Amino acid sequence: MYRVEEAKALAERVYQVWVRAPQVARHARAGQFLIVRIDERGERIPLTISAVQGDLVRIIFMAVGKTTRQLAALEEGDHVLDIAGPLGRPSEIQNDGRVIVVGGGVGIASLPLIAREARSAGNYVIGIIGARNADFLILEDELAGICDELHVATDDGSRGHHGFPADLLKQEISRHKIDCVWIIGPAIMMKVTSNVTRPAGIKTFVSLNPVMVDGTGMCGSCRVSVGGETRFACVDGPEFDAHLVDFELLMQRQRYYLEEEKESMEHYHEHACRCGEGTHHG
Amino acid sequence: MGDRPASVRIHDFLEVDTGLTPDEAVIEAERCIQCKKPGCVKGCPVGIDIPAFIAAVAQKDFVGAAAIIKEENLLPAICGRVCPQEVQCEGVCILGVKEQPVRIGALERFVADWEREHAPKIPAVAEPTGYRVAVVGSGPAGLAASFELAKRGHQVTMFESLHAPGGVLMYGIPAFRLPKDVVQAEVDQLREMGVDIRCNHLAGASVSMEELDHFDAVLVATGAGLPFFMGIPGEQLSGVYSANEFLTRVNLMHANRFPVYDTPIKRGRRVVVVGGGNVAMDSARVARRMGAKVTLVYRRRAEDLPARKAEVERAAEEGVKFLLCTNPVRILGDQSVSGVECVRMEMCDLDQSGRPEAVPVEGSAFTIEADLLVQAIGQGPNPLLIRRLSGVAYGRKGNLVVDENGKTTRERYYAAGDVATGAATVILAMGGAKQAALAIDAMLRGEPFGEGKEE
Repeated sequence: MYRVEEAKALAERVYQVWVRAPQVARHARAGQFLIVRIDERGERIPLTISAVQGDLVRIIFMAVGKTTRQLAALEEGDHVLDIAGPLGRPSEIQNDGRVIVVGGGVGIASLPLIAREARSAGNYVIGIIGARNADFLILEDELAGICDELHVATDDGSRGHHGFPADLLKQEISRHKIDCVWIIGPAIMMKVTSNVTRPAGIKTFVSLNPVMVDGTGMCGSCRVSVGGETRFACVDGPEFDAHLVDFELLMQRQRYYLEEEKESMEHYHEHACRCGEGTHHG
Repeated sequence: MGDRPASVRIHDFLEVDTGLTPDEAVIEAERCIQCKKPGCVKGCPVGIDIPAFIAAVAQKDFVGAAAIIKEENLLPAICGRVCPQEVQCEGVCILGVKEQPVRIGALERFVADWEREHAPKIPAVAEPTGYRVAVVGSGPAGLAASFELAKRGHQVTMFESLHAPGGVLMYGIPAFRLPKDVVQAEVDQLREMGVDIRCNHLAGASVSMEELDHFDAVLVATGAGLPFFMGIPGEQLSGVYSANEFLTRVNLMHANRFPVYDTPIKRGRRVVVVGGGNVAMDSARVARRMGAKVTLVYRRRAEDLPARKAEVERAAEEGVKFLLCTNPVRILGDQSVSGVECVRMEMCDLDQSGRPEAVPVEGSAFTIEADLLVQAIGQGPNPLLIRRLSGVAYGRKGNLVVDENGKTTRERYYAAGDVATGAATVILAMGGAKQAALAIDAMLRGEPFGEGKEE
């Protein structure tokens, strides 16, 4: 059992949970993830490790499906049944010079550890974060404290640049020589944004989040195509060379269980109504 | 005793084989002629004193029989169910020459179940030696080794990356062949013996290599969990599962009970399973139980099927259609699977493994309709931990090279089970693990081991 030490909403439908998982906290590095299973009937879901403090790890997620809704309902003192990690390869961070970390939506959650490690490695770190609107924007203050510069974009212009992180990335690239870029967010955002660095051949990483079960290379459900080769996101990734990733395939595989996800939500609501359980679980 | 009828059992995941009643067990045990030089013991990878335990059964001393088995094997309820007895103990039983061999597997299972239900007994543990041993992986090899090490007084810490101990016994072998409470009960004995089982701990990640180095010895028993794919066009389509994924979703995560359990799985109306081993049979039978029409495609002949004969027969009884001498060459579909293009295979010369080589027949391509395809064509060692181990030698297939005692080329590091031998059976993994555990014990005590010494 893993104790929730702090839980709160960060933005609309976006939540932050600090949970006590010493074996994860002790070893976590930038770019890695963990797997959570809430209870006996729960599924195993992968989530980025967003921050570490002592024995605690922070996860940030958007409440979209049944499991994330359940996670969002957790309060201090609650427990989750299982946390496994850290999983995946750490980000390949070295002293490149000037690097940019780009986060879209809940993908921003991955940036603090990467930005911090990149700075410690001696890089000048520029952060670019974007969200649909100001209400969805997370970690702005925190990243402003970590990055050398931070730029903000919103789709509707309610905060910062009116437009996409890709626009800001383009601007930065035209102004300075950029040595390495990380882009983390929804698949479509990573696809579009990584096209910005493609012509200049700038080394660009994206963090892929396909459907996963065990997270240790055993089931093969997270297979992705990178440079025409099949790779497992859980052990070969989750970060890959953005310019080699087959995003269409990723998105296709991400959609495979949409119907089931809907069914699961319906079942959850039905269950919540019938026995009263879950009324405070939102 | 016997199997539940196929028409009934394909609707549930309850055990197929109902086992022996006490009376049946005694009658079966009385058939044993108590050979002076019993071949069955030699045929058993962990060397159970089979005639002695059978004699105890014949005298209705079921508890005594269990104690005799447990001298050598802590997991009799598991082994009684999943060992390929027909090629081990029963395969060399002298009675098998003229009639049926003694049903040693069924007797082992009966005794184990009897003991668990009537008089569970935890094996005695020696005085603590003060040595600490890490066992990485809690599958058959890890369990068997932990048992031997704990029995000899060593403090064992077992690291398991999944949330439940048991490895392939939990995620791979379906409940209708191996009920999960049976696995749990045998794992719980280890806890009672003082083994510290840490789930959700991926060695090399949640436990660093430096932390592992602090143990007096490390046994790597991470199995062969890396699924192979055929590498044919269409494999990226949704609806293509590795057997590992398909079985894990159902056996470990209970996806067959979705949405009561949260893990989804596609049920499929027409499922094609590729492969001919036990894993393929398990996948096909799981798919049947989830309501699909199932076709098993295997590239060689019926007599070449590597699966246990009994499981092949059960799969057939349950309505799995066998398409033999057939090989898939392309998976068809737009986004998700709609069919499988196959070719006929002609059996020609013997290949290197002594099996007839299967060669495609030109112009024989045909298509089977399918909305799911499960690939059960084997698996290799998971490289996750072992590629982080420095100073160890690897075999051609990515396995860890070990000597006859399970010792790797790195000091104080041993390996056993599929990670050392390549994919094999539960009992072979356990046999190797036991040997490695005894070698570790000798190494810790500073005693010689191996050459010149028996066992």
